Amino acid sequence: MSAATSSSTVGTPWTSRIVVYGLLFLFALFFLAPLYVMLVTSFKSLDEIRDGNMMSLPKAVTVAPWLKAWGEACVGLTCAGIKGYFRNSVLMVVPAVAISTALGSINGYVLTKWRFAGHKWVFGLMLFACFIPFQSVLIPMARILGILGLANSILGLIVVHVIYGLGFTTLFFRNYYEAFPNELIRAAQIDGAGFFQIFRRLILPMSGPIIVVTVIFQFTNIWNDFLFGSSFTSGDGAPMTVALNNLVNTTTGVKEYNVDMAGAMIAALPTLLVYILAGRYFVRGLMAGAVKG
Amino acid sequence: MAFLEIAGLRKRFGSLDILKGIDLDLDKGGFLVLVGPSGCGKSTLLNTIAGLETITAGEIRVEGRTINELHPSKRDIAMVFQSYALYPNMTVAGNIGFGMEMRGVPKEEREKAIQVVAKTLQIGHLLDRRPSQLSGGQRQRVAMGRALVRNPKLFLFDEPLSNLDAKLRVDMRVEIKRLHATTGTTVVYVTHDQIEAMTLATKIAVLKEGELQQVGAPAEIYNRPANLFVADFMGSPAMNLIKARADEQNGRMMITFVNGGAKDIAFPAPATIAAKPLAAGQDLILGIRPEAITDRDGADRHSKAIEIVDAKVEIVEPAGSDTFVVTHLGGKEVTARMRSDADVKAGETMPFAFNLDKAVLFDPGSGKRL
Repeated sequence: MSAATSSSTVGTPWTSRIVVYGLLFLFALFFLAPLYVMLVTSFKSLDEIRDGNMMSLPKAVTVAPWLKAWGEACVGLTCAGIKGYFRNSVLMVVPAVAISTALGSINGYVLTKWRFAGHKWVFGLMLFACFIPFQSVLIPMARILGILGLANSILGLIVVHVIYGLGFTTLFFRNYYEAFPNELIRAAQIDGAGFFQIFRRLILPMSGPIIVVTVIFQFTNIWNDFLFGSSFTSGDGAPMTVALNNLVNTTTGVKEYNVDMAGAMIAALPTLLVYILAGRYFVRGLMAGAVKG
Repeated sequence: MAFLEIAGLRKRFGSLDILKGIDLDLDKGGFLVLVGPSGCGKSTLLNTIAGLETITAGEIRVEGRTINELHPSKRDIAMVFQSYALYPNMTVAGNIGFGMEMRGVPKEEREKAIQVVAKTLQIGHLLDRRPSQLSGGQRQRVAMGRALVRNPKLFLFDEPLSNLDAKLRVDMRVEIKRLHATTGTTVVYVTHDQIEAMTLATKIAVLKEGELQQVGAPAEIYNRPANLFVADFMGSPAMNLIKARADEQNGRMMITFVNGGAKDIAFPAPATIAAKPLAAGQDLILGIRPEAITDRDGADRHSKAIEIVDAKVEIVEPAGSDTFVVTHLGGKEVTARMRSDADVKAGETMPFAFNLDKAVLFDPGSGKRL
């Protein structure tokens, strides 16, 4: 331990530090264990899985299960792997995240800097979207998608996710912009900037942290969604999560644990990546909203 | 016709009257200071001139043109905010040039104008920095630069110095005064600091609860306050307001301090003290500035009405340049302003010289000056 570390913990006995770190380490192991099992299993051959220990490292590393899960495994009736569904998910997530974040940002801007009579009501009703159990809207939503001709389509899923994301994204951006001084907007108005000019030149450049927070939150939620995906799509139009479920449930004799695990890893990778790339902004953004600048 | 005219201006938020009919005008090149305690509506009044708040009734005219309905950017005004409101994501040059950029001024012209303003305000070396890298005084200068570069008809200042420390505030006050003198632009300036108001203004408007109390030149406001509120608000330490009574003795009108318990103090009323003759038995409040109460030697030799009153010194506050002496008269604390070397000790009884030429009388009922 360096001098700096010990000086920052004056008064903390070293025994309690050992207990704290020991516990944290145990919890970390506990949480990481399933990930570990998935990873090692996905690199083992079926024979090795059958007679080996679940926790042991693979004796002969093979990427065959990953390739199979990606390109050949049977999902339902077709046996072309999960790559098509992965593509579906990407096609759904990218626009849904982009649109809901952009709309949330504009909503937050209007609800804090261009207040109108009843703005509190509008915001309150939007917040409602955060608390409605999704199951309760499945049937009306399916009906509306049907009427719009968007049933069983990626576009339909995008619409659903944008609508349900708006409550959260608006909340995030509103709270963030609330701390922006109104005098800035007034100064820009006197300088002759209009509604969108102020937004683009002043508000957006200062929104970095909250955009990252919103994107991570939305990306994770939408990518991991199973309920809407399984309710409003079927067959080749389904997103990754639904396909993963079907992959695991489709058996042609032998249960291929290694392929299932590889498929699950592929399904989890994008959210993991987004979090690793932007995670430090995530924490920073959450803090930024709390401390008035 | 005045340069800026405000007529019958009213502003109402729901059932709350913020401004209750303001009539004001200001000549070209004038420096109007709106002063009053917080919540008196002075900032709201400024914002209505800027166009940042709508008005409920009335009219605002600049050079005879009604600007009520114009967008803030079309009113040919510039405003300096209390928080400076510098755009944090832009450089100093970007901040100053933003308005021109919005109006589509070509880049070269913009840069030339920025250079000129930067030179005037001595911020040339800061142009590439961001507001977060500037000190309070530098931010203040940039905020002024952003206003100056527009070369507007009318400058609006919203408590621009209140975020600065005491020394810098005095420096910037001088700077603003110099800027006004050299550019000759018309200024409307909001402050709650009556010293700023006195030093900067060519015209002061004192507001209270959305109503104008008095409008006039600084000396007029200071020496002839229209009512008790203005008398009390302007000046530091505040004007002494002493309960008194008009009495007739031997055919002369006397002013008597009702000195509860102790002997009443009476002296003849100078002819100039009130606009109308006083009636015997009338209750009064005598207003007299601390600097009009001195020791015997410090009294103004040109005054025609010096009255000596013996009173007990309660507290002595040496302030360096002056010494403030607190005593009790007419049941109220009275502050006198003496020379710093005046020989005064707490607990002693000493003669106080009242310069009644400088005194004013108020009616205790209405609060208005008599």
